[in-house]
Amino acid sequence: MRKYIKNDAEENDYFLCPDEELLDDLIEGLVENKKRYGYPSCPCRDASGLKTYDSDIICPCEYRDVDVDEYGMCYCGLFVSEEVKKDPSKLGPIPERRPSEIIEAAAEAGNDKNKVEKTPLSEKEGSIKVWRCTVCGYLAGRETPPPVCPICKAKAERFVVFKNLS
Amino acid sequence: MNSIDIVNGKKDDHDIKVFTISTCAWCKKVKKLLRSMDVEFRYVDIDLLEGEEKNKVREELEEYNPKRSCPTMIIDGGDEVIIGFKEDKIKEVLEEEKEDEEIH
Repeated sequence: MRKYIKNDAEENDYFLCPDEELLDDLIEGLVENKKRYGYPSCPCRDASGLKTYDSDIICPCEYRDVDVDEYGMCYCGLFVSEEVKKDPSKLGPIPERRPSEIIEAAAEAGNDKNKVEKTPLSEKEGSIKVWRCTVCGYLAGRETPPPVCPICKAKAERFVVFKNLS
Repeated sequence: MNSIDIVNGKKDDHDIKVFTISTCAWCKKVKKLLRSMDVEFRYVDIDLLEGEEKNKVREELEEYNPKRSCPTMIIDGGDEVIIGFKEDKIKEVLEEEKEDEEIH
């Protein structure tokens, strides 16, 4: 698990939590959730146990990129920006970005395990921007360009908004 | 309800209830801080609950914190609600009373 997380951080130009004790606890939580639910959902969120409803909070969660952009860390603090890595005192609670409707729907579905898995929730169409790496053509659907292209390592400024969608 | 764990401490001038998630590293920090301050508190790991009991606890948490994020600390029945591990705030609130008592 630690290796997997470390690789993901490196590929995306993030850093791991600079507080060693916190980092160990977070990884332990991920391992426990993998054992409990079959997938490593965010250790700091209450999972429903139904994969389609928890898919947005499987680590790395859908909210990581925007949270690291805005607060320098993801919700649980596992992934941080260079700035927070250099100054761990900046680690601290950030607001929960996961929408209330999803939290509600997941909780409800989790209550009734017989209801089985229904339609996945994370088909939030429409508003999301798509960024294109001008160096290798990699596309990323997110609010801001990735800090570094995970494919060719080009920097954020080499990304442009991709407009030719349908 | 046996899902609520009580941690004994010498300081019990506040009624403290913390909603936590057993795998959450920040929740662990809150528990650790309260233990180190020798404060008596109750906590409930919401991820370990099921069915009706989980619903009840969820509803209770929602009253104080609509997103139901953890850790959420309820002090004296809601006089103070601290969402997230805010070490300075927790110390400030719990140590305030002590100073008052010294004046009396």
